[in-house]
Amino acid sequence: MTDATAHTTPEPGSKSSILTVDPHTAKRHAAEGRFKIYGIIAICIGLFFLAALLIAIVSNGTRAFTQTRVVLEIPLVAAEIEAAEAYIVKTSKYNDLVGEALTGAMSDAGIETEMEPKELLMMLSGSAGANFRNFVLENPDAVGGSHQFEFLASSRVDGYLKGRVTREALVDDKNLDAAHLDLVDQMREAGLVERSFNWDFIFGADASESRPEAAGIGVSMLGSFFMMLVVLAFALPIGIAASIYLEEFAPQNRFTDLIEVNIANLAAVPSIVFGILGLAVFIQVMHLPQSAPLVGGLTLTLMTLPTIVISTRASLKSVPPSIRDAALGVGASKMQAVFHHVLPLAMPGILTGTIIGLAQALGETAPLLLIGMVGFIASNPPDGLASGFLDPNSAMPAQIYEWAKRADPAYYERAWGGIIILLLFLMTMNIIAILLRRKFERRW
Amino acid sequence: MNDMRLIERAVDMDDIKISARDVQVYYGDNHAIKDVNVDIQDKTVTAFIGPSGCGKSTFLRCLNRMNDTIDICRVEGDIHLDGEDINDKRVDPVQLRAKVGMVFQKPNPFPKSIYDNAAYGPKIHGMAKNKAELDEIVERALRRGAIWDEVKDRLDAPGTGLSGGQQQRLCIARAVATEPEVLLMDEPCSALDPIATAQVEELIDELRQNYSVVIVTHSMQQAARVSQKTAFFHLGNLVEYDETGKIFTNPEDERTESYITGRIG
Amino acid sequence: MPTLWIALFALVLSVVGYALGRRRAMVSADGDIRNLHSRPNYYGVNAALTGLVPAFLVLALWTLGQPLFLQNSVSGMISDAQIEETGSLGLVMSDVRRVADGLDQAVAEGAMDAETAGNVRIDLTDVRARLGEVGVALGSAVSQETLRAAQAYRAQSSFGDLLKTIVVLGIALAGISYAVMRTNATFRARNVVESGVRWLLIAAASIAILTTVGIFLSLIFNTVEFFRLYPAGDFFFGTTWQPSFTGRGGSSQLGVLPLLWGTFYISLIALAVAVPIGLFSAIYLSEYASPRVRSVAKPLLEVLAGIPTIVYGLFALLTVGPLLLRVFGDDTVGWMQGGTAVMTAGLVMGIMLIPFVSSLSDDIINAVPQAMRDGSLGLGATHSETVRQVILPAALPGIVGAILLAASRAIGETMIVVLGAGAAARLSLNPFDAMTTVTAKIVSQLTGDSDFSSPEALVAFALGMTLFVITLGLNVLALYIVRKYREQYE
Repeated sequence: MTDATAHTTPEPGSKSSILTVDPHTAKRHAAEGRFKIYGIIAICIGLFFLAALLIAIVSNGTRAFTQTRVVLEIPLVAAEIEAAEAYIVKTSKYNDLVGEALTGAMSDAGIETEMEPKELLMMLSGSAGANFRNFVLENPDAVGGSHQFEFLASSRVDGYLKGRVTREALVDDKNLDAAHLDLVDQMREAGLVERSFNWDFIFGADASESRPEAAGIGVSMLGSFFMMLVVLAFALPIGIAASIYLEEFAPQNRFTDLIEVNIANLAAVPSIVFGILGLAVFIQVMHLPQSAPLVGGLTLTLMTLPTIVISTRASLKSVPPSIRDAALGVGASKMQAVFHHVLPLAMPGILTGTIIGLAQALGETAPLLLIGMVGFIASNPPDGLASGFLDPNSAMPAQIYEWAKRADPAYYERAWGGIIILLLFLMTMNIIAILLRRKFERRW
Repeated sequence: MNDMRLIERAVDMDDIKISARDVQVYYGDNHAIKDVNVDIQDKTVTAFIGPSGCGKSTFLRCLNRMNDTIDICRVEGDIHLDGEDINDKRVDPVQLRAKVGMVFQKPNPFPKSIYDNAAYGPKIHGMAKNKAELDEIVERALRRGAIWDEVKDRLDAPGTGLSGGQQQRLCIARAVATEPEVLLMDEPCSALDPIATAQVEELIDELRQNYSVVIVTHSMQQAARVSQKTAFFHLGNLVEYDETGKIFTNPEDERTESYITGRIG
Repeated sequence: MPTLWIALFALVLSVVGYALGRRRAMVSADGDIRNLHSRPNYYGVNAALTGLVPAFLVLALWTLGQPLFLQNSVSGMISDAQIEETGSLGLVMSDVRRVADGLDQAVAEGAMDAETAGNVRIDLTDVRARLGEVGVALGSAVSQETLRAAQAYRAQSSFGDLLKTIVVLGIALAGISYAVMRTNATFRARNVVESGVRWLLIAAASIAILTTVGIFLSLIFNTVEFFRLYPAGDFFFGTTWQPSFTGRGGSSQLGVLPLLWGTFYISLIALAVAVPIGLFSAIYLSEYASPRVRSVAKPLLEVLAGIPTIVYGLFALLTVGPLLLRVFGDDTVGWMQGGTAVMTAGLVMGIMLIPFVSSLSDDIINAVPQAMRDGSLGLGATHSETVRQVILPAALPGIVGAILLAASRAIGETMIVVLGAGAAARLSLNPFDAMTTVTAKIVSQLTGDSDFSSPEALVAFALGMTLFVITLGLNVLALYIVRKYREQYE
């Protein structure tokens, strides 16, 4: 060894100056630069996708928040109304009345057309007659006078004014002709058509497939709300109890290990599997009503529990042991130490985690499809608490899915609009969570 | 092997390799190193001693600009390597570190084979034209790290599987494989048992033949055993810097004396 | 909702129990709480819990068990001939339940009085029409046998409900009185309550296990049922997926291979997008980015993870699909026939997974000890050499684990493929073809169907089982790798 060391001792590298960069090092620095650029590109791509997503949502969705309406002054003639009420399909007669009023209003405004009232009515939503009738039934006193109605324009007309529908696109469309659009242009100049903020979209109920202009997300919003109540009522106490046990009391044994492994795995089980679980357990075995927010909430509870347990344990863990020791030291039982001292200190963290878990549950769709919260029209808001939990309803994401499936550009617009509302909710929840964390963040 | 230890201590004592003037180091607001002036000679072992937190490791890390990797750390003053300012804008820390190698307190072999560990430096610096040359460099490095005989049959085994002492010698071999001119060692024996420590110390003495070695150590005995020059740091100041023999027998500053005799530290 | 009422009533009882227990303790201590072993509240809570917990337990078990019990007892009344005729026992039983529910509703709305409902006969009344009036639609005419079974079902079920009410409230009362009787000043109420609470905590923690067991059971029973109707070999090795919509078996071909291929292909594309972007982002953020850039870019990327999958689904269907169609459609190269395709779903899913990969990798890269970086930089390696040759190899096991987790996410993802991938099951190599996946077919086979007796519906459970086993395997493996990796550097 001595020999080897002695023989192979080389002259230390040539005395190059460190002030000049040799070519090899220059090459390595170029590689360094390239590598760094890959990283920047990757981040830019990620941010680009985010921007593209947001732009797509905003540019497509904001249009759902305005709605074109046709303003018509209709005389409420008692004889006509009686005649219509005597008819079997009452709304169709009312429709005729609306059609006449429309024709009259157009000739008053100096718009000339050879279209029949029936054809003109295609510019209005199919619900116009029903709206008329409902008004008459609710305000019998108004009969004899006249009333100014704001009827929803049909989705094609609405789309035309929003730039979604073009004349070319109407060639094969049986719901509206290009000629109608010329009329619409003139009506707009005459002030018969106005576009205003669409409160009905936010608070209204879903509508049938042929009337996208009347569809709103309000009822399914209530469905989501009731589901979140269920999730909160179950997931929070159970999650906290489970975390307290695992973090504070559980002995190191097989059973504890089993629970921990289970929680870790459940957190990564696909959400649709929870849907199958909900379907089999709550509907197949327990016969809870299908499509009910209660079932949806229970299913989402099971799905959210692992998330809440994981974050709750983290906040319990962050309370230093000295607090527990102090409580135990003055003669509190272990249980008292945990419930009187550790839990209150960990509460902000627990709430933050819970809100984030709730936000996750609010946006979840797949399990809801399996327990039947899609495919029907949630037309009436639930009346009362029990009905809110047990009557069939939809949920915001499920409603969005439903609209996306209806393959009508007018419904796509609603779906994007629904996403804006959903994201606003999620954003609010996350901001609350962040503020909570900021406010109560404690450094030990 | 014993004869190697008897090589006389005074070789080229006047050849200054690194000279530091008025070096200040700040960690954020904390002034960690104050006005340090020191000349480190070529082919010499220089020991930095002092109590924990006195800044000796921080100063060591200035010598190959490892402090660049710490965001809040700021270095002022002049440090010259062979007369060239290492903090000059034109200086490439990568090239600097190839010349001024470093061995750390805790053995930190890469999670790769023993061979790849030793070959890492030569590969990135493009020192070998082909595999055969690389093999030769690796063997030479491992021999100089005094670990060749123990690992020559299992060069493909992971470096992390070695014992602590072997790992540290592997790290030293890895550092010398790039043929540095200065070797900085930051408490290289603190994680090692006495036998491994003895092996590493022996190694340091051999390395002195070709390199300037700067070693930070906690152990005064170690400084006395391996070094020719010793610098004593206290609270960020360089208190005394002289021949090792003089520091340990006849220190000028009373703080040094207190430390040597165990009153502070 | 009688069950809810029973629960509320038991709750009220327990509140009364609380007051009684507390008062009795105070009385026995002569009003001086220093004479008590525990604080007075514990005596109250003890009384309340001793009644409430067993009562709720029995209530829950009874509510779960009663339908099963009824099913068994009533199914004895159904003849083999009837089962033969309808297809399966399950179908007959669901008819029975529907008729029973209908009778209930008819009674509730006053369309029938309770007595008629109990002994109405098929030859005297058109049950189907009468039930139709109250809004209960029955698919086929009700047979006498079904009607009898339904009436028996009703009778037993109302008897069961009555018995349940009595038993549950009885237990609550008994528990409360027992606890109140036991209450006196020396009674160690705190210890009893605490051990009770401890059991409650254990029960809450066990829900994780129950959930897993529940998933497993609900999948396994229906899967076994499916394999009784459809050969397992054809399911696992069949290359055609063609369910017949008429139901009642025979003509359906339910081979899982095309679905697995679609799932696999889409996941592969998703990973091909997410892994490089996510990994490079993570490297840049953890190794190069200044704290300011990091504090902006990291949360922004993570926004992608907080967006619900339905949004990605819509993005795929309405934005990415049409865009890809314009680039690769018939107008240009003609590779793509429609907007929904493997590529569409894979690309969008990849976007969704970027933050997943990047934040997991970020954690893992940060777990590589600083000593490794120092060691490499101290030898004169550049930063990128350090990352590529030291940090990445060191972090490799962890990154592999992260990628496996991402793969399991991709395989289990539903909404993006339902909206973006198409509905046709096919074995094709063209990434611009529409294909479908396991999850999408689970949705389409189960949506809107409440009868789980035809192979076309039951196959969804077999698909779910397949999905569960695959993702569970991936998760267990990934978690194991990641845990091993962390232990290495701890």
